[in-house]
Amino acid sequence: MQNLLSKYEKKLVKSGLADNGDPLLGILDAKIKWNKKGDTIKIFEKTFERLNINSLIFSKPKEPYFSIINYLAKNSEGIIKPVDCETRTFFHDLPVSFEFNTDAVISGLKKRKCVIIPNHGIIATGTVGIEQAFIAYSSVCFSCFVKFFSDYLYAVKSNKPDKSFKKEFEKVLNFVNPPLSYNHRLMEGPFTSNADAIGAMKETGKLMVDLKLVDSFFGNISYCRNNTLLISQTGSSLDELLGCIDLCPLDGSSCSGITASSELPAHLEIINKTGHKAILHGHPRFSVILSMDCDIVNCLKKDLCHIKCPQKRHIREIPVVSGEVGSGLCGLCNTVPEAIIDKPGVIVYGHGVFTSGIKDFNEPFMNLLQIENDCYKEYLNRV
Amino acid sequence: MFGWCGKILEINLSEKRFRTFTPDPDILIKFIGGRGLSGYFLKEHITLNWDDPGMPVLLFTGPLANTSSPFSGFTNVMSRSPLTGTIGDSSVGGNFGTQLKRAGFDGIIITGKSDILCGIEIHNSKIEIIKVPHMAGMPTGETGSILKDKGSTAVIGPASENGVLFSNIIFDINIAGCRNGLGLVLAAKNLKYITVKGTKKTKVSDPNDLEKSKEDILRLIYASPVLSGSFGISKFGTAALFDLINDRRMMPTDNFRRTYFKHAHLINAPSLRKLYNPKDDGCPQCNIMCKKVIRTGISMPEFETLSHFSALIGNTDIETVISANRFCNETGMDAISAASTLACFSEINEKKLSSSEILDLLNAITYKKGEGEFLGLGAARYAKMKGHPDTAIVVKGQELSSYDPRGAYGMALSYAVSTRGGCNLNAATIGYEILRKPVAINRFTFEGKARIVKNSEDLNAAVDSLAVCRFIFFAASMEEYARVFHAVTGISLSADELIKSGERIYYNERIMNAENGFSAKDDDLPSRFFNSYGYKGSDIKIRPINRKSFLKARTNYYKARGLDKSGMPVPETAKRLGL
Repeated sequence: MQNLLSKYEKKLVKSGLADNGDPLLGILDAKIKWNKKGDTIKIFEKTFERLNINSLIFSKPKEPYFSIINYLAKNSEGIIKPVDCETRTFFHDLPVSFEFNTDAVISGLKKRKCVIIPNHGIIATGTVGIEQAFIAYSSVCFSCFVKFFSDYLYAVKSNKPDKSFKKEFEKVLNFVNPPLSYNHRLMEGPFTSNADAIGAMKETGKLMVDLKLVDSFFGNISYCRNNTLLISQTGSSLDELLGCIDLCPLDGSSCSGITASSELPAHLEIINKTGHKAILHGHPRFSVILSMDCDIVNCLKKDLCHIKCPQKRHIREIPVVSGEVGSGLCGLCNTVPEAIIDKPGVIVYGHGVFTSGIKDFNEPFMNLLQIENDCYKEYLNRV
Repeated sequence: MFGWCGKILEINLSEKRFRTFTPDPDILIKFIGGRGLSGYFLKEHITLNWDDPGMPVLLFTGPLANTSSPFSGFTNVMSRSPLTGTIGDSSVGGNFGTQLKRAGFDGIIITGKSDILCGIEIHNSKIEIIKVPHMAGMPTGETGSILKDKGSTAVIGPASENGVLFSNIIFDINIAGCRNGLGLVLAAKNLKYITVKGTKKTKVSDPNDLEKSKEDILRLIYASPVLSGSFGISKFGTAALFDLINDRRMMPTDNFRRTYFKHAHLINAPSLRKLYNPKDDGCPQCNIMCKKVIRTGISMPEFETLSHFSALIGNTDIETVISANRFCNETGMDAISAASTLACFSEINEKKLSSSEILDLLNAITYKKGEGEFLGLGAARYAKMKGHPDTAIVVKGQELSSYDPRGAYGMALSYAVSTRGGCNLNAATIGYEILRKPVAINRFTFEGKARIVKNSEDLNAAVDSLAVCRFIFFAASMEEYARVFHAVTGISLSADELIKSGERIYYNERIMNAENGFSAKDDDLPSRFFNSYGYKGSDIKIRPINRKSFLKARTNYYKARGLDKSGMPVPETAKRLGL
């Protein structure tokens, strides 16, 4: 278990979600094992005792998340309501506790997988593994980032960002990375073996995370060769794809791909519609933020933008479509494939970006990077 | 009262009378419904033999049944298992739970023994005990069809009536209330069937919030590859797991002597679909429709049946699997136990079974012909009788399901400590050890598994007590169902508090088993899993389980569960849980 504690402590730091030395992690089997000693352990020992959990992460988030979360929490009345679709689907809302004691922490965690303690940090838990707590922690950071910047853009357009919001925004913006760049070629396709294709998928996934273009668990990737789709598994981490790629024969002769990404239907349909082989999907922040910025007032489908937006929307030349995760009637598998034809990519409302390439990941990777950079610049223009 | 009816029906077949009573509302909140309430009312009788007229059979549904709560309306049936001597239970879908609530009851408790084969017919508050000697030996499908106008049905078949220790109760013609031999407990009461039908509505505290929480859950269902994906259960039924389990090299093959079935591609879900073009079927108001039927009354086999009637017994003929599955349903016999007992027979006699021999032996078991009389006692008793106890792959006398424990160590631990004998469902570790939900964890280690298994057992006990479909929890979590529970009942319990109820319910089962002498000596796996490899390939090896690590994990489990070193309940934990 010590290995797991160490792995996720390093991952929090490497992902830019916490500063070195801040994260406290614990896993309970017969006894609790901690990654370090600390004053707050007393609170969390009680938390383990009273809740049905097996793992916990507590950390002060790294900037800009710390400032963002504190600002949102301060103005939240106890619950932060995320605006991005993925967090809304899987987390619903994020409880805030203004007190930092055993009862307050437990009260928040009884309802949700995480609780925010302003000026202290985020507490996230798992019932079967520390990875669950990591995903919850990472999701809090992501969704608060998206909400903060979305709220500010909305406030600017409504001519009402108050002074404190403006001041906080300017402070936070200093921590945000400038547009990303990458000047090297990735592995060249078309790939003639599964091993090469998997190698290229691993290289691309890791690069996306290392550049902080997307967070580790927020995306999926596939490559089609020899009538078989190689696709990352559901819940896999883009920077750790070893052993996490499913092989799905396109003739439907096996169900082994039952553990494939929930976006498998979209990947299959993109291949079908475009003839492309390499597909990337990720949740870069400013693409998500900007996809939700709409000027249409009195829209009949207001509040249903994520599933039934009736408008043809674009950010620069990139289409923005509605659609939820997975394969439901309102699933993005019904909107993305048609929209991506002859385009560098597609942005899904409040969710993320899809790109595809003819023979390898060079084109989709560069397109995804470009879309995010363009969205970042466009965001700054709009505020 | 919102959610619950607040009324339980008690029928005594010896005295041919019934009464209703109102349970203490605190009991409803503490034990929720379904499996929880069944266990609560079973406890005072648990030391009776399974065939003692005083031993009750309990059928309970939950507070969410007969509302628009998604995937609710399951029924838990419980008694003492003839096969294992432990508590025996099964949570089943279908329409029985909903009709029971419509008739105005949260549950039924049946005691006594009829002097002649009978049926119980419930239509709202009208309760009748009908003499049906002419139905003796009648197959379950025929019985169900005759009764279908009387509402939802629970019937037994000839296997139960002839004393097969692993006989089932069949609900709504093709849904098996399986494992533990509970059909035999009905047979011991001379009870052929129960029908229930009603017209009452269940009161919901906040219908608007119920609709909103339903939307949250449906969104998660559509986001779940296991349920709604291109290769998921919605499209292929549970047979969708067949390829994956084989690819992970944990498919029990040749009576658990190997864990890879090289002929899997002949029998997998896409092959079944191509050959039979089955139609979707499922519980009322279900969006998943996991049941696949060839035509009325003939279901496609579930994954476990498909696997055990092929890989486990070395059969490569798909038609034989379909026929064996149909035979088990029609006679009311547990397919997992039946196939596993045949695998044991095959190993002892060093005999590969042909298609006709498989079907002949199933027939012999049902009608107590020749060797069938002994096979009908289950693998453990049969193997012991033949002087080869090690060939029975059982825990507490119940045959293991289609996930080899050497391929997933949480599964290994959960098989061993399950309260109803070798059962893959109590902890359902397959979710995270294989299906990656809610997250993937290392399947080849016992590290951390004690607490994880305990947490999962608690969660699933709560799910069975809410009487909700287990599959939904491959996508949703108790967070979503806590909101549904609140919207229906008006009672605010957090996800964690509902799971705490699950812990109470599970501990109650451990207490009942302890009263019948079950302890650490019974929480163990067959020696085969500690001594032999399942698969040795260049890519993956399925190694024997390290016994020392297993025992350490079991000790850790006892600690996490609040049991003593022998796996026995202790007063402090019972008190903490309000038992």
